[in-house]
Amino acid sequence: MRKLFLKSIKSSTRNKFSTYIMVIAFFSIAAILVEAGILGSLFKGLLVPMCYYIILAVSLNLTVGILGELSLGHAGFMCVGAYVGGVFSILTKDIITSALIRFPLALVVGGLAAGLFGILIGIPILRLKGDYLAIVTLAFGEIIKKLVQNIYIIKDVTGFHFSFATSIDTSTIDSESKQVILNGPMSISGIPKNANIVIGVILVLITLFVIMNLVDSRSGRAFMAIRDNRIVAEGIGINITKYKLIVFSFSAFFAGVAGSLFAHFSTVDPTKFDYNLSILILVFVVLGGIGNIRGSVIAAVILYALPELLRSFQNYRMLIYAIVLIVMMILNNNEKFLRFKERFTFKRLFAKKHAKEDA
Amino acid sequence: MSFLNYLISGLSLGSIYALIALGYTMVYGIAKMLNFAHGDIIMVGGFTVFTAISSFQFSPAISIITGIIVCTVLGVVIEKVAYKPLRNASSLSVLITAIGVSYLLQNLALLIFGSSSQNFSSVVTMKPWQINKQLVISGETIVTIIVTTAIMIALTLFVNKSKPGKAMLAVSEDKGAAQLMGINVNKTISVTFAIGSALAAVAGILLCSLYPQINAYTGQMPGIKAFIAAVLGGIGSIPGAMIGGILLGIIENLSKAYISTQLADAISFAVLIIVLIIKPTGILGKKITEKV
Repeated sequence: MRKLFLKSIKSSTRNKFSTYIMVIAFFSIAAILVEAGILGSLFKGLLVPMCYYIILAVSLNLTVGILGELSLGHAGFMCVGAYVGGVFSILTKDIITSALIRFPLALVVGGLAAGLFGILIGIPILRLKGDYLAIVTLAFGEIIKKLVQNIYIIKDVTGFHFSFATSIDTSTIDSESKQVILNGPMSISGIPKNANIVIGVILVLITLFVIMNLVDSRSGRAFMAIRDNRIVAEGIGINITKYKLIVFSFSAFFAGVAGSLFAHFSTVDPTKFDYNLSILILVFVVLGGIGNIRGSVIAAVILYALPELLRSFQNYRMLIYAIVLIVMMILNNNEKFLRFKERFTFKRLFAKKHAKEDA
Repeated sequence: MSFLNYLISGLSLGSIYALIALGYTMVYGIAKMLNFAHGDIIMVGGFTVFTAISSFQFSPAISIITGIIVCTVLGVVIEKVAYKPLRNASSLSVLITAIGVSYLLQNLALLIFGSSSQNFSSVVTMKPWQINKQLVISGETIVTIIVTTAIMIALTLFVNKSKPGKAMLAVSEDKGAAQLMGINVNKTISVTFAIGSALAAVAGILLCSLYPQINAYTGQMPGIKAFIAAVLGGIGSIPGAMIGGILLGIIENLSKAYISTQLADAISFAVLIIVLIIKPTGILGKKITEKV
C-alpha cells in the first residue's frame, strides 16, 4: 500500500520532499547534538550562517544554473537586504515591540528592496550576454558596496538627517535625542539580534519551496529553454526579457532575505559584501552542481563548515581549500575519473541489487 | 596646473592597468577564459623583486629580470597544471579553477610573508622632474609611462608582424582552423600565458614602485580594475585593452581629485556599465553575429 502511495506521487514532488526532509533532519540533528553538548559551541555559531549561505546559494543557482547567466554580484543584493532590513528593524524598534512581528517584516522588507534592485539592475543589462553580463554584475556589486559605505543617517527630534559622502555636521543635531542609524564606513549599529536557528531553517524551507516550485512551473521551463538555446526559445514565443527579469528579481529577493537574516545575526561590515563573497557563493553553486538545487544546499553546508571547523590549522586551511577547489574542478572534468566515479555511485549499486531481485 | 598633475598621474596609473589588462585580454582572446589569477601574478612579481632586493641584495636591474622570469614561468606552469586539463570544460569550471589558483597564490604569499604590509623600496632611481612650481612629475611616473608605451609598441609589432604573434591572432579567431593550418595551439596558448604573466610582473613592479607597499592582496584590486578596463575596451582586443586601461586610470584619478575619494571606484565601475549599455561589446569589441 505504502509503495503504491509513493509511486502515485510525481517524481519531482518526491524529490522536493526529500530535500525538505533532508534540511529538517540535518538541522534538527545538529541542534540536538549542540544542545546535548556533543558538538562544541563553535559548531553552534555556524548553524545560522549555514542557513543564509544555503539561501544565497539556492537563489544564485536560479540565475546561474537554471537561467544560465553568470552573476558575480550576488553579495551586492545581500548587502541591500542587510542594510534595508537592518535599518527597518532599528526604526521600528519602538513602534513594533514584538520581535515576532518585526523580524519577519524586516526580512520581507530587506528582500523586497533587494528584489527591486534586481529589477532596476536587470533592465539595463539584459542586453548583455555571458562574460559581459558577469563583469557588469561584478561592477554593480562593488558599486553598491561603495555607496552604502558613504551613507550617513542620523535621527533626532527634528527628524532625519541624511548625508552622502561627507559625515553629518553634528552641531545642528539635538544631542539628547540623537540616534545614529547609518554612519558611513562604520556601518549600522544597534540592530536587534533576533535571528535564531528556527527562523533560519524556516526561511531555508520557504526559499526551497518557492524556488523549487518556480523551477518546476511553466516559467521554470521557460528559464531552462532560454538557458539551452536563447534564439530558439525566442522563436517559439518565449518573452526573454520578462523571464530574465523574473529570475533576477526572485534571485535578488532571496539574497536580500539572506542579507536581512545576516544583519540580525552578526555585525554588518560593508567590506564583507565584496566580490570575494559573491565568488564564495558561486563556488557553492558550481561544486554543488550547476542547476541542482539540492546540490547547492549540501555544498553550502559542507563548504561553509569545512574551513570554519579547520580553524585549528590556522593559515593552512585556506590553502587546503584552494587546492581542493582546483583538484575537484580538474577531476570533475577528467573522463577517466568520471567513468571510475560512475562505477561506484549509489544509484548503480542499488540498481544492481534490484536487478538481482527481479531475476 | 593641478589638473595637468592629476591627468599625468592618472595616465601612469592607467598605463599600469593597461599592462595588466593586456594579459587578461590576450588570454581571453585565445583561451576564452577569464583568468582571475592574473591579478595575483602582479603580487608575485612584486614580492619576487622585494625578496630579491631585501634578502638577496640583488641590484634592481637583476631583481627586475628575476621577477619577470619567475612570473613568466609561473604563468606557464599554472596554465599547464590547472587550465590545460580543462580545455574542453564549461567556462564556469575554468572560472572556478582560476579562482582556486588565485586563492592558492594569495594564501601562499600570506604564509611566506605574513599578513602585514611590507615596505617596497622603489626600483626607480630617477629624480622627480620639476617643470614649474606646481607641476612636479615623479621619476616613477615618468618611468612608468615610458616603459608601458615601449611595451605596448613592442607588443603590437610582435602580434602583427612576427610569426608567433600571427599564430596568436589566428588561434583567437578560430582555434580549429588554426590547428588545420599547422599552428601548434597548445604552444601558442603557452606563449600567450608567458607574455601575459611577464607583462603582469612588469606592472607589479611599477605599481609597487608608485605605491610603495606590498601585501598578499596587493594584486587583487588592480586585477579587478584591469579586468574592468579590458572589458571596457572590448575584451579580446589588444588596442582595446590599452585604451580601456588608460581611460580607466584617468577617470579614477580625476574623480578622486574632483568628486570624491571614496566614490572613485564606484564612478569607474559606473562608467563601465554606461559604456556597455551603449555598446554591449566594449569600445573596440567586435560585434558577434549569432547563429542558431
